Amino acid sequence: MILPLPENPSTGDRGDHRTGRSRPRENPPARSRPAENPPARSRSPRRRSARRRPIVLATLTWLYVAWSLLPVLIAIQFSFNAGKSRSSWQGFSLRWYAGDPNSVAADPSLRLALANSLILAVLTTLVATPLGVALALGLARWRGRTSRTANGLMLLPLATPEIVMGSALYLVFTNLYLFVPLGRPAQVLGHVTLSVSYVVVIVRSRLASIGEEYESAARDLGAGRVAALRLVVFPLLTPAIFAGAMIVFASSMDDFVISSFLSPDASSVTVPIKLYSAVRNAPSPALNALATLLLAGSALALALAWLVLRRRGASDALKQMAPM
Amino acid sequence: MSRAPARRRRASPLWPALAAPGTLWILALFAVPFYAVAAVAFGYTDPVFNAPVPEWDPRYWDLTAFGEILQRSLSGDLRPVFLRTLLYVGVSLALCVLVGYPVAYYLARHAGRRRGLLLALVLAPWWINYITRMLAWLNLLQDDGYVNDLLLASHLVAEPVRWLSGNPYTVVLALAYGYIPFFIVPLFSTLGRVDERLLEAARDLGCSGRRAFWHVTLPLSRHGLMTASAVTALPMFGDYYTNTLVSGSPTTTMVANQIEFYLLGGSRKELGASLVLLLSALLMALMAYYLIASGRAERELT
Repeated sequence: MILPLPENPSTGDRGDHRTGRSRPRENPPARSRPAENPPARSRSPRRRSARRRPIVLATLTWLYVAWSLLPVLIAIQFSFNAGKSRSSWQGFSLRWYAGDPNSVAADPSLRLALANSLILAVLTTLVATPLGVALALGLARWRGRTSRTANGLMLLPLATPEIVMGSALYLVFTNLYLFVPLGRPAQVLGHVTLSVSYVVVIVRSRLASIGEEYESAARDLGAGRVAALRLVVFPLLTPAIFAGAMIVFASSMDDFVISSFLSPDASSVTVPIKLYSAVRNAPSPALNALATLLLAGSALALALAWLVLRRRGASDALKQMAPM
Repeated sequence: MSRAPARRRRASPLWPALAAPGTLWILALFAVPFYAVAAVAFGYTDPVFNAPVPEWDPRYWDLTAFGEILQRSLSGDLRPVFLRTLLYVGVSLALCVLVGYPVAYYLARHAGRRRGLLLALVLAPWWINYITRMLAWLNLLQDDGYVNDLLLASHLVAEPVRWLSGNPYTVVLALAYGYIPFFIVPLFSTLGRVDERLLEAARDLGCSGRRAFWHVTLPLSRHGLMTASAVTALPMFGDYYTNTLVSGSPTTTMVANQIEFYLLGGSRKELGASLVLLLSALLMALMAYYLIASGRAERELT
C-alpha cells in the first residue's frame, strides 16, 4: 500500500463517503429511474443500449476482480502445498508453517522478519497516531499564515514518491542525524513520517463533519478548552482516530521502500524485505506461508476495526478507512 | 454572543501548541532530509577514503556530479533509461485508464445491490501487501507455472513463454496490476458525485446514452481522472522493486533502479542523490497538481 498507499486520502475518501456514496445510492433509485424508464420503454433502441451496457461493464468489473484477487488466492493455496513446488499442487500440508526445517516456525530469519514487521508497525502506530491527532486538531482550529504553511507541508509526504523519501531519509541518517542508528530506530522515524499525514487527513475530515457547535456549546456551559476537547471532541473523534491508527498499522506493515533503505543488515529485515530478497534467490513455499501470515495479520486488524466500529455505530469511519 | 468565544478560541495558544510537534516532526524528517539529498548531490568525494562528503553550505556547492548526471541523462547512457521509464509508466497508466475507468464507472453507477460486496473486493488489494501481490504473480509466471500451462493447453503458444527474464511486457503488466487499485478509488469517488439529474437532462434533451457519457459524465469526471492518474503515476515513477522482482534484467532498468544502484550499491552516492534531485524536479509538476487538487477537495469540504 503504498504508497503509496495510500495516496489519495484527501481527495478520495471524502467525496465518496459524504456525497458520492450516500447520494447516488439513496436518491437515484427513487428519483431517476421513473424519469428514465418511461421514454426508454417507448423507444426500443434506447432501452437496449441502457440495458446492454451494464452487462458488458459488469463482466469487465468481475473479470477485474478475478484478475486482481485470484493470483493472491493461488499464492495462499501454495503456502499449503505438500511439495516444494510453487507451480504444481502436490497435496495439502502445513509443513511450510511448522515442521519443516525451512518452515516459518523453524527458520529463524523468517521468524525474525515477522517479529520485526509487527514490532515496527506497533511502534509506528503508537507514535504516529497521537502526533497526527494533535496536528489535525491544531491545524483545523489554528488560523494564520504559519498554519497554512504547516498544512501544505503536512500534505507533501503524501505526494512524494517513496523512493525519494526513502533515499532522503537514508542520506540524512547516514550524514546528519548520526545519533539515530540505521535499523529499527530509523525505520520507526521513517514510517511515522510516512504515515502521520494519513491520520491528519482522516481526523480533519471527521472534525469538519462534526463542526464546532458541540465544542462551543460545551464552552458556553463552562467547560475549559482542554475539558471541552477531552469530554466532547475526543469521544466524537474516536472512530476516526481508530481508523487512522489501523491505516498507520497497515501502511507500516506494507511498506517496503523505506524499511529497506533504512535497514543496514539482517537484524532489521521485515517481511516485505525478506520476501523481496528471497523470492528470486531462494524461492520456497515458506515465503508464501510468510506472506499468508502477514495477510492474516492485516485481515485480523481490519476485522477487529470493523467489529469495534460497528458496535460504536460509526459507519462513516469505516467508509473513511476503505479508500485508503 | 456566539462570535466572541469563537474569536477567543482562535487566538488561543493551544492550537499552535498542538500543531507544533507534528510540524516540527515533518520539518526535521521530511524537509531536512530533502536538503540532505541536495547537500550530498552537491558535495564532493573524499579522494582519500573515496567516500561522499556532504556540503551543507550552499555557497560551496559543487555541481560536478549533478552536471554529470544531467549530461548522461540528456545524451548519455541514462537517456534510454529515462525514455524507458516514461514509456513503461505511460503504457501502464493507459492500461489503468482502460481497465480502471469502466470498473470505477460500473461501481459508481450500476453496481446496485452488489455494490457493497464489489467495493470490498475492489478495495481488498489495498490491504494486501504489495510485495505479496507480486510474489503471487511470480508463482504464476514461472516457466512451468499456471499461466504457461494455460497458454500451452489452449495452443496459443508452442513453448512456455519466458515471462520473468527481462520481458518488458511483464514489467508493464506488473506495474499496471500493482497500482490500478490506487487509480480506481479516487476515480470512483468522483464518478459517484456526478449528479444523476444532469444525465437525465441530457437524455431528455435527446442524447443517447453514449453521447450523454461523452458530453456529461466524461467532462465532469476529468478532475477525478487527472487526480487518479497523478496518484498512480507518482509511485510508478519511483518504483524499482516491481522491476527487480519480475525482470531483474538491465534491459528493463528504470530510473528508480539506477537510484537504488547508486545509493545502496555503489560508492558514488552523490550520483544517486543527483538522480533523486533530477527525478523530483521532473515529477514536481505532477506533485504540484496533486497537492492543488487535494487542497481544492479540502476546501470544498470545509
